[in-house]
Amino acid sequence: MATRKSATAASRKKPAEKSGLNGGITEFDKATELEAYREMLLIRRFEEKAGQLYGMGFIGGFCHLYIGQEAVVVGMQMALKDGDQVITGYRDHGHMLACGMEARGVMAELTGRKDGYSHGKGGSMHMFSKEKNFYGGHGIVGAQVSLGTGLAFANKYRGNDNVSLAYFGDGAANQGQVYESFNMAALWKLPVIYIVENNRYAMGTSTARSSAQSNFSLRGNSFGIPGHQVDGMDVRAVHAAAVEAVAHCRSGKGPIILEMLTYRYRGHSMSDPAKYRSKDEVQKMRSESDPIEQVKARILELKHASEDDLKAIDKKVREVVADSADFAQNNPEPDASELYTDILL
Amino acid sequence: MPIDILMPALSPTMEEGTLSKWLKNEGDTVAAGDVIAEIETDKATMEVEAVDEGTIGKIVVAAGTENVKVNALIAVLLEEGESASDIGSGKAAEPAQATAEPEAPAASEPEKAAPVPAAPVANEALSDPAIPEGTEMVPTTVREALRDAMAEEMRANEDVFLMGEEVAEYQGAYKISQGLLQEFGARRVVDTPITEHGFTGIAVGAAMAGLRPIVEFMTFNFAMQAIDQIINSAAKTLYMSGGQMGAPIVFRGANGAAARVGAQHSQCYAAWYSHIPGLKVVMPYTAADAKGLLKAAIRDPNPVIFLENEIMYGHTFDVPKMDDFVLPIGKARIHKKGKDVTIVSFGIGMSYAIKAVEELSGMGIDVELIDLRTIRPMDLPTVIESVKKTGRLVTVEEGYPQSSVGTEIATRVQQQAFDYLDAPIITIAGKDVPMPYAANLEKLALPNVAEIVDAVKAVTYTA
Repeated sequence: MATRKSATAASRKKPAEKSGLNGGITEFDKATELEAYREMLLIRRFEEKAGQLYGMGFIGGFCHLYIGQEAVVVGMQMALKDGDQVITGYRDHGHMLACGMEARGVMAELTGRKDGYSHGKGGSMHMFSKEKNFYGGHGIVGAQVSLGTGLAFANKYRGNDNVSLAYFGDGAANQGQVYESFNMAALWKLPVIYIVENNRYAMGTSTARSSAQSNFSLRGNSFGIPGHQVDGMDVRAVHAAAVEAVAHCRSGKGPIILEMLTYRYRGHSMSDPAKYRSKDEVQKMRSESDPIEQVKARILELKHASEDDLKAIDKKVREVVADSADFAQNNPEPDASELYTDILL
Repeated sequence: MPIDILMPALSPTMEEGTLSKWLKNEGDTVAAGDVIAEIETDKATMEVEAVDEGTIGKIVVAAGTENVKVNALIAVLLEEGESASDIGSGKAAEPAQATAEPEAPAASEPEKAAPVPAAPVANEALSDPAIPEGTEMVPTTVREALRDAMAEEMRANEDVFLMGEEVAEYQGAYKISQGLLQEFGARRVVDTPITEHGFTGIAVGAAMAGLRPIVEFMTFNFAMQAIDQIINSAAKTLYMSGGQMGAPIVFRGANGAAARVGAQHSQCYAAWYSHIPGLKVVMPYTAADAKGLLKAAIRDPNPVIFLENEIMYGHTFDVPKMDDFVLPIGKARIHKKGKDVTIVSFGIGMSYAIKAVEELSGMGIDVELIDLRTIRPMDLPTVIESVKKTGRLVTVEEGYPQSSVGTEIATRVQQQAFDYLDAPIITIAGKDVPMPYAANLEKLALPNVAEIVDAVKAVTYTA
């Protein structure tokens, strides 16, 4: 386990060299590599389909795609046990799929249909699953950080060993309530992992233009919260960091921050032309650091599976996604009577 | 000349206190800064320091005296060369009078000169249907009622906990949580840093996970820092999750004007929160309602805004002695039956209304006074039924006039009982200004009894 000292500016290395909390990568075995591949691919294909349905007018409002960041949720989720909770902001489709929520229910919510997870009343940014311990899906930047700290408060109050994961972006990392939460989480030793998904842009504003301290792993220093930068494009590095962070929280040592260095390929939302960055920058990340391609290359190199095997996985994933899209387009809209339900219990 | 030592005011709302202990005796010399006595206010026991130096010439109010009014003479200090025989040459030598009168409703000062009512109306609620006949009634302050409600619910349900600034070690900024830390421990009575946005979010998250937090805001003015979590997270999650998860949580604390604490600390949020679907908004007046409704709020599976008032905390009302006294949220209470005109009020607004009702009774006008108790969901049927009988309606509240609770009631009454109205509805509210500090301006900014009396005369076409 790395100490707080590792969270210093000097420790910031090039993403490619980074991994785990100490820079070490635990190699995945065959089954884990294939699982990671499948999970990340599901998110990728799902998001591509969501983008397509948005263009066709089936999905309305805001729609924030997770393409490029898949390794973060998949690597984190692999370190969790039943009972651990997840909460995030509005870029939440990947988190829901990683939590085991059904593609059909998520896609049907995106299209605003009756069998969506929120019966069409939440939409892309506001989805929940009590069953899968997914607490949203929050549209107010930073709100999920306090709420996720509250989930940890409840775990500590009940004396169980569950851990809560509060995901937020580099943009949310500048919100005041994040630091209010850090303070109380450290004060009360709450079992919460703060995961900063640093994809370099808060909407169109780069971290360099928005953040006086853009090493977000250091943001807990004044509260004594250890923090680590992790190569968020390498699912093995994410997983290694997750395992250590979860152990840290479960053992009663209080909160921990993981800064995931990641990248979103698409715009902030579907309506973002992304004029604030160059196409070359995006292309470079795609070709050199893609989280799925990394896993795929290893699988083939180590002969965990053949090209044909991977194609078969891809085909199954496409089937799941196509089925969800079909379901989401044909599922009826919520009944008009639903307008006045679920306001009060 | 001997110096008069007067009973000090030690909080914005303190009107009287108990002189619990003298730390100096007659004949003792004191220097400026010496602690000479201990005084118990409605909030805390405070030490009183000497301002001047000299010798205690006479102790006028004995230790242990209760209900000593602010500014009453409590002792006389002799300066060098003076003796006890000089006492009496000062300007204020009347001993303080300990009073045993029941406390007058708050903010009564401006109305002191109003005509004395001929037939006083009991300042007590009509018997509540929720209280079985013959139940023993115990005089209880609103403060104690709120504390008892929380303690009872915390005993009954392990998931209930209290969180807020100064709720534990300090025993509550307004002493509402007195004794709870001792009974329930630091796990369930949680002192927070001064960080409303953050701790409100944490409490809502804990509620989403199934706990039953009670969040105390020192005052609701500070909840403005947290209003996003209250509205966007607590109130909307049940709907946004398609009914999967909500936030069973109570947000409670002092609301509205206290006494001369200025614009940023004197605001009524009844209308604000009543605007929001997904919230319940409760604002009790009596101690019995405070207890019964707070217990109901804690048990409610929805987020409940529970608006208290600092001035009311020390006021005493009868509270039924029952094992489990719970009142329904969303039910108004007819405080006094009448036939000529309906007055609807809630919270501290009731104290103005009650005085007006007494005065109007002396003029032969028989008012039906309704205490709304819950602002959302609003018990409109009770109001409509009353208006159908009286044909006239006046509303009274302390909040700002535009988009007030009163304007909401007026809109709905004219929609649902237009044919029964014999006069335009008058809505009385605080004035459309930030609360001023100066004592005279503050009185002008708040509603007053004369306004209500005039309004009732206007709607009843009484000269």
